[in-house]
Amino acid sequence: MRVIKAGKVLEDNWQRIASLEQEHVLEDGDWIVPLDYWRVNRERLLRHNGRVGVCLNGDDDLEHIAEALGQLELIALEFPGFTDGRSYSHARILRDRFRYRGELRAVGDVLRDQLFFMQRCGIDSFQVREDKDAEDAVKGLSDFSVKYQTAADGSPPVYRFRQQAGK
Amino acid sequence: MYQYDQYDQQIVNERVAQFRDQTRRYLAGELSEDEYRPLRLMNGLYIQRHAPMLRVSIPYGLLSSTQLRMLAHIAEKYDKGYGHFSTRQNIQFNWPSLESVPDILADLASVQMHAIQTSGNCIRNITSDHFAGIAGDELEDPRPYCEIIRQWSTFHPEFSFLPRKFKIAVSGAENDRAAVQIHDIGIYLVRGNEGEVGFRILVGGGLGRTPFIGTCIREYLEKRHLLSYLEAILRVYNQLGRRDNMHKARIKILVNAAGAEKFTDMVETEWQRIKDSALTLDQAEIDRVKGYFSEPEYASHAAAAADATQAKRLVLQKDFKLWVERNVKAHKTPGYRAVYLSLKHPATAPGDATAAQMNFIADMADRFSHSEIRVTHDQNLILSHVRQADLYPLWNALKKERLATPNIGLLTDMICCPGLDFCNLANAGSIDIAKQINDRFDELDYLHDIGDFQIKMSGCMNACGHHHVGNIGILGVDKKGKEFYQLTLGGAAGNQARLGDRLGPAIAKDDVAETIDKVLQVYLEQREGDEQFQETYLRVGIEPFKTRVYAEDTSKQPEMKAVAGY
Repeated sequence: MRVIKAGKVLEDNWQRIASLEQEHVLEDGDWIVPLDYWRVNRERLLRHNGRVGVCLNGDDDLEHIAEALGQLELIALEFPGFTDGRSYSHARILRDRFRYRGELRAVGDVLRDQLFFMQRCGIDSFQVREDKDAEDAVKGLSDFSVKYQTAADGSPPVYRFRQQAGK
Repeated sequence: MYQYDQYDQQIVNERVAQFRDQTRRYLAGELSEDEYRPLRLMNGLYIQRHAPMLRVSIPYGLLSSTQLRMLAHIAEKYDKGYGHFSTRQNIQFNWPSLESVPDILADLASVQMHAIQTSGNCIRNITSDHFAGIAGDELEDPRPYCEIIRQWSTFHPEFSFLPRKFKIAVSGAENDRAAVQIHDIGIYLVRGNEGEVGFRILVGGGLGRTPFIGTCIREYLEKRHLLSYLEAILRVYNQLGRRDNMHKARIKILVNAAGAEKFTDMVETEWQRIKDSALTLDQAEIDRVKGYFSEPEYASHAAAAADATQAKRLVLQKDFKLWVERNVKAHKTPGYRAVYLSLKHPATAPGDATAAQMNFIADMADRFSHSEIRVTHDQNLILSHVRQADLYPLWNALKKERLATPNIGLLTDMICCPGLDFCNLANAGSIDIAKQINDRFDELDYLHDIGDFQIKMSGCMNACGHHHVGNIGILGVDKKGKEFYQLTLGGAAGNQARLGDRLGPAIAKDDVAETIDKVLQVYLEQREGDEQFQETYLRVGIEPFKTRVYAEDTSKQPEMKAVAGY
């Protein structure tokens, strides 16, 4: 999969399957599977030869995977349309509430002008929509150098800098 | 007022660069129409009936004379020489070219202004009391909290793609002049049990297709928790607000569907998780922001009030007296007054100001008002710190620029959206109706006899003109390509916020002023003592008005089924 990671465009081994029959047995390799498939096949997937990630959409309840986060190297968050902002909250909750430390990947309608926001919510890899230039999209990560508010990227609110400067 | 430091300036500068590049990519075909739309909307840029419309943010309605001069410059250079002040204390330009918008934003950034989040499904301009900081009935100045919320909400990474637009208003006074209860989040500064000041939080107010008055979900919130509590509300809304139907996507629908109790539970649960995080506001930051809203250096009472001739003028010059009575309001500092500049001159569209007027007002602000101007949600301007002794020269100057119409709070001080003349969404004209009303009710004595009276008019059910909360609300509807108008009575926006009741079938365009006249006749016949319209209406109910308006000649009434939203 061609993704942006750590500010660079690269190719990695993850493959995403949008929908799967519950009985389907995955070939070896690194797969991102739908949540319902993962829930049914969880035990088997632990023995799978390769890595396993889960794809969540805005309707999915995060409580369903909360206790299993330690087993997931990657969670993909789906943006069905780039104006559907639910996955931004999913990202914040995974990072801030559940302390998820694996990779959070934005998939779906992922475009340059959303990357800055996604990154601040704790998303750290981005599968840019196929018809778009991923190299161009990288620029979106650095649209702003100042951040007013705190978020999942650990950036303190800007007023802390002001206070330091004032001292 | 608030002054940008290097960080604020950097953000607006980077925004200009970002939008310049987005527009370039759109014009070069790299961004589709659908991809560019949400980006331009988050910069207040609509593509309207005749041309793009650019909405510029005026945070909590506060302007310096320098900023107002820049707005005049923009009106002259990029537009047709005027601007329209909106019910959200912003200004709209109706004729800029799309290509020129990045340059306009750069001009705005040079005077610490922007168009960030003036549209789109994000947190919009924070509005407030136009008398903030000068009102006698104020518990505490709400503007520092507006500014803190403005900064928190600007490019909020989690809440920039909400189900729908999101409006927040804050008031710190006993009398609510900011229509707090019809906002997605309404905030009142209140005193807690221990005597300290905090916030009362309302959620789910809003007009539009399905109007609601906000529900209180927290009686008292400590100041340091302001941002964590807002973040909890927004998170619940962002996750659960409907996205399948844009007409049911506002938070009011969620609050109503879940029930206030369950909604409150969800917010409180989320808040418990995040309340002691880095979102906690420290007192040092509150104090720092408060420092920007300190009072100007007022003259002593004696010096400010000294004008030996004024008492005589008030007796001799009836028009000056009328203006003082209607347009000049109390100020908490002895010897000072707040002066309304009416943007409701009979010959102009409500809320419009020309570039020449804006430049003139900026000069007046420099001369008479510590260079400060306020925009009110009912589409007028205020000079906020005028010495009593300066009232007469100020009045003389304002008259020449058509800014001294003594009608503040009267029937002709209408709230009015741009309507069919400019807006893509409108079903019917608003400006024509304002003119019709002005033509019919041109006798000042009559208007003064009626007293405080709010007509609020929207050209469609999106309700930008707040028609649901007007004493008379007028809603433009389209009936087979013809403009009709649906009237409501008994709405109010303040502490006693109330949605108006539908009077009856929509009426034809030419009959609007006539119908208002009939409503007024019933009021004048029925009122007891000094009752204002609203009091009379609540006492006698809608029936006498219905009877007068519809009983006389029903054959003339168009067939009109109930309009959606009522």
